[in-house]
Amino acid sequence: MKFTTLTAPAVGYEPVNVDTDQILPARFLKMPRGAGYGQFLFHDLGAGKPDLARGAKIFVANRNFGCGSSREGAAFAFYDAGFRSILAPSFGDIFYMNCLKNGIVPVRLPDKVCARLRALPAGAALTVDLEKQEVVAPEGTRHAFQVDAFYREMLLKGVDELGLTLSLESEIGAFERRYAEAFPWASGS
Amino acid sequence: MSAPRSLFDKIWDRHVVLRRDGQCLLYVDRHIVHDGSFHAFANLSRRGLKVRRPAQTFGTPDHYVPTASRSSADAPTPEIRRMVETFSGNMRAHGIRAFELGDDRQGIVHVVGPEQGITLPGLLVVCGDSHTSTHGALGAFAFGIGQSENAHVLATQTLWQARPRTLRVSVEGRRPDGVAAKDVALALIAKLGAGGAAGHAIEYAGAVVRAMSIEERLTLCNMSIEAGARAGMVAPDDATFQYLHGRPFAPKGAHWDQALAAWKTLPSDAEAAFNREVTLDATGLEPMVTWGTSPEHALPVSGVIPNGPTRALEYMGLVPGEPLQGLSVDRVFIGSCTNSRIEDLRAAAAVARRGKAKVPAMVVPGSGLVKKQAEAEGLDRIFREAGFEWRHAGCSMCVGINGETGRPAERIASTSNRNFEGRQGQGVRTHLMSPAMAAAAALAGRIVDVRR
Repeated sequence: MKFTTLTAPAVGYEPVNVDTDQILPARFLKMPRGAGYGQFLFHDLGAGKPDLARGAKIFVANRNFGCGSSREGAAFAFYDAGFRSILAPSFGDIFYMNCLKNGIVPVRLPDKVCARLRALPAGAALTVDLEKQEVVAPEGTRHAFQVDAFYREMLLKGVDELGLTLSLESEIGAFERRYAEAFPWASGS
Repeated sequence: MSAPRSLFDKIWDRHVVLRRDGQCLLYVDRHIVHDGSFHAFANLSRRGLKVRRPAQTFGTPDHYVPTASRSSADAPTPEIRRMVETFSGNMRAHGIRAFELGDDRQGIVHVVGPEQGITLPGLLVVCGDSHTSTHGALGAFAFGIGQSENAHVLATQTLWQARPRTLRVSVEGRRPDGVAAKDVALALIAKLGAGGAAGHAIEYAGAVVRAMSIEERLTLCNMSIEAGARAGMVAPDDATFQYLHGRPFAPKGAHWDQALAAWKTLPSDAEAAFNREVTLDATGLEPMVTWGTSPEHALPVSGVIPNGPTRALEYMGLVPGEPLQGLSVDRVFIGSCTNSRIEDLRAAAAVARRGKAKVPAMVVPGSGLVKKQAEAEGLDRIFREAGFEWRHAGCSMCVGINGETGRPAERIASTSNRNFEGRQGQGVRTHLMSPAMAAAAALAGRIVDVRR
């Protein structure tokens, strides 16, 4: 899924350590993807739920966002609800990877910057520029960020990761043979 | 001479197929799949791909299985039943060895992998479940992945990863009697924070870890993800080798000798460097209980509710200053990939035999084989006589997606790993603790110090 630059309304959400059970309650995980996971985003939060009704595409969160379960449904829910980028001081590692693999750009920015962006009025537009690796605030302030070069390239060009790896079959096969020779006990019975 | 390397460095380095733009393509030795892996298989079908190495792939249903019986027909809804049956269909279609419902080897992925000798020192193990960190207790590098990554491993037996940073956690001092591995884990998470080890692979070291049984190490490594860590691991030693010897999928004969020689070279070199070091003194530890909605909200059982985040306090129905001890509980759950092994059940039974449960309590063994072993030891009888329900293996109330959940506002003493809002059912209030502490809570109908 391709991503170059996006200017869109953002929505902020204050809590720290938001786990993927909050983003997508487990009971919805058995839904086929075709059902659209957007309807389940933050389903059970009730009061204090982020305001998702304004067509926001950028989510500004707090520390350790998306910690907990590996459920990729949490990334599906953001994507299907229209989000294409999530900004936070830090992320749960698995959620971070799940975002990258589902066309959502996870952006790590310093605590203070995220706090400022979360405090913007709901619907204020931010720009996430993956080419320049910077986030532009409404008043024009630029905040540099870094995404792993590998994934930046993938997203900019819309490269299919699995397709890329499948094209490396001869390297994988050669590795596998060397490995089986070095560790004959390791390759399974 | 090459630079000194850590256990993690040694395993990582030998699995790198190639490097590109800061990412490594890693070779996967063992891939374990469960009944929540259907998105990955749907992905494969859509692309017309096959499983590259079925012999290195193992399946067992755990998340959605009913624990009242061994029949998927007893699932509470047709949708849940379909999950278990879809899993079986995927295993058959792709020729993957699976331990299905009714097979004694079926159970929670993170109990089954070590128990069967599927997980071995030095291997790279992945599974579409965040608690895959568990397997590191045997000296493997093991971590949870998402469904896209799941499909990627099925099709290519590899995974793109950035090298995590390393964190050595040394647990020193003397662990007091009555303080379980779960308590060490909760104390550590409280110290590090729920995101404190994000981006890191933890190596647990120190006298207390060395003295732990393999099952205790499994509990400790299991909870690594609750501090945000990518993985947790313990250097393999004689206890590891003894544990693995003779397990069904462990190497045999000449392969065992070769493996053993290789495993003995795995422990971190004396001068190995870590990106971070943390020490935890176990000497003053008490049994731990969580009060809030993040595993970092953990306190010694003698503690009082802190002035924590309002939302957590409100959700849990607690007021700062209230003592943890004496809080009444409505239900008790003993199970999960954290605490459902035979030593956990023995610890719980040793407490359960002293009385009768005042509240509904259920015990869910981690695998059919754990269940059988417990029954051979008479633990099931002890639990039943004390009024605990004795179930079949599965994830059950840890995540509740098989339909086994608590009711809104119920307070549950649970040996699982997550006290997140809604984790054990909408509105359910979870207090994490060790198996002995949970059994004691069942007998008292409230949170008590099992040592008293």
